[in-house]
Amino acid sequence: MRITCPICGERDMREFTYRGAALPTPPLEADVETWVDHVHLRENAAGVLRELWQHTMGCGAWLVVTRNTITHEILDVVLAEEAGIGIPVAEEQP
Amino acid sequence: MFGSGRFSGLRVLKEGLTGNKGWTPHWRDPEPKSEYDVIIVGGGGHGLATAYYLAQEFGLKNIAVLEKGYLGGGNVGRNTTIVRANYGLEGNSQFYSHSLKLWEQMEQDLNYNAMMSQRGIINLFHNDGQRDASIRRANAIVNQGDDAEIIYRDDLKKLLPYLNFDNNRFPIMGGLMHWRGGTARHDAVAWGYARAADQLGVDLIQNCEVTGIDVEGGKVTGVQTSRGPIKAKKIGLAAAGRSSQVAAMAGLTLPLESHVLQAFVTEGLKPIIDHVVTFAEGHLYISQSDKGGLVFGSYIDYYSSYAARGNLPMVEHTMETLVAMVPSVAKARLLRSWGGIMDMSFDGSPIIDKAPVEGLYLNCGWNYGGFKATPASGHTFAHLVALDRPHAAAEKMRLDRFRTGRGIMDEEGTGAQHNLH
Ligand SMILES: Cc1cc2nc3c(=O)[nH]c(=O)nc-3n(C[C@H](O)[C@H](O)[C@H](O)COP(=O)(O)OP(=O)(O)OC[C@H]3O[C@@H](n4cnc5c(N)ncnc54)[C@H](O)[C@@H]3O)c2cc1C
Ligand SMILES: [Zn+2]
Repeated sequence: MRITCPICGERDMREFTYRGAALPTPPLEADVETWVDHVHLRENAAGVLRELWQHTMGCGAWLVVTRNTITHEILDVVLAEEAGIGIPVAEEQP
Repeated sequence: MFGSGRFSGLRVLKEGLTGNKGWTPHWRDPEPKSEYDVIIVGGGGHGLATAYYLAQEFGLKNIAVLEKGYLGGGNVGRNTTIVRANYGLEGNSQFYSHSLKLWEQMEQDLNYNAMMSQRGIINLFHNDGQRDASIRRANAIVNQGDDAEIIYRDDLKKLLPYLNFDNNRFPIMGGLMHWRGGTARHDAVAWGYARAADQLGVDLIQNCEVTGIDVEGGKVTGVQTSRGPIKAKKIGLAAAGRSSQVAAMAGLTLPLESHVLQAFVTEGLKPIIDHVVTFAEGHLYISQSDKGGLVFGSYIDYYSSYAARGNLPMVEHTMETLVAMVPSVAKARLLRSWGGIMDMSFDGSPIIDKAPVEGLYLNCGWNYGGFKATPASGHTFAHLVALDRPHAAAEKMRLDRFRTGRGIMDEEGTGAQHNLH
């Protein structure tokens, strides 16, 4: 898999760190149930999925990648900032 | 005696002398009935074992297993066949301990040769921190009533002389040996449970994809399938990597992500690796099959996937780690590699629980470790479905632990988060 970073261009997937489904962050005042669902539950789509990747070994940008989980085909890549997806705090990966 | 379908040494001899013409199919191929007391969705190891124990131990009669492909075509036939009870956390500990005991009697129970081989599994450690963690885990395993032994470098050199003990970055200090762990032939486990369940009257229905779950007034009434609607009083879901799709048919969203895990096998070699060996750095695990192939794997690919095949970076990582641990196999040729769809849960541990729909039961979240769980998963899931209360060994496998935060079983200590297991 190669991902085209909007800033750096087409790069090997090893430069990127996977985060998971790109979900809109609930408003801070949302109830506990909404937050619990947001943190834990996943549609886990077999097909087209919008997901967050970070270009950790490149420019560091968070990206929203639209990818088909059955074929691994990458359909679209945009900056998370532009997609309006809350940018998670970077964490160490195993 | 020969017509009974039971295997025995005498029968193998007789068939051998008469051209092996007396063998018959191991199970029937029935048409689905219009109604069952219990339907199990998914004919992998867990679904088949569940059906077997429902009939054998809990005396249920009217049971079907619905499988969209063929029996054993899922992960049960794709894994690296490692069986062990070397978990450390409350919840996992008693469950896998229960499972290993069932493994040890499985071949007798099923009258089937599953090639259960308790050759020992050893987890190597490379530094003081890993050694201390291994000792702690060994104590936990001994406390749960299973076996564990710490073997240090000098003794290990005699036992596993082929290891690269002086790898510059990851020298080997020793290992945690669990002698009752080992491997089993994965297909034979599926076939053994299938045959035994069939003999107890369970209908094993292949090429039967469940496409809908009927719920009326908060209670299940049956399923829609590619072979027509079937009514059922109770439905158990054991669809492993496809659990999210099947549960969604009943309106449920699960705390799961499906990821791909790859496995590799080399050409047949002379015996070199006598045990199951795992290398702590890089998560490599390896054993040698009876045909001589080295069977090995490492991490999941770390992105959501239903492709049942992975990408090259994890292939490269796995090869590098193998050669770092066992340099002498560098010239072995790789024969095959493949992938399977893993139902990754949030904390890396499974769910065996009632669903919030009456008559619906969940068995999922097996991550990359569900093969060793097969007998206990089937046994405790059957207990739950039959009696509507959890078996003691599986009472911690709760769905609501993510919601309440109580009883999270993050065995690796990496954090209860989807992308970390
Ligand atoms: C490469 C690899 C290596 C592994 N190594 C190990 C190991 O060494 N040790 C270990 O303990 N575990 C290991 N595992 C994990 C283990 O194989 C799985 O956790 C376990 O097999 C899952 O349970 P199962 O056997 O019931 O799954 P499966 O065999 O996948 O069964 C699920 C079944 O459900 C069926 N199904 C899905 N949807 C539907 C539907 N809508 N209708 C009807 N049927 C449906 C599928 O076709 C499938 O046959 C490994 C897995 C992989 C992929
Ligand atoms: Zn970039």
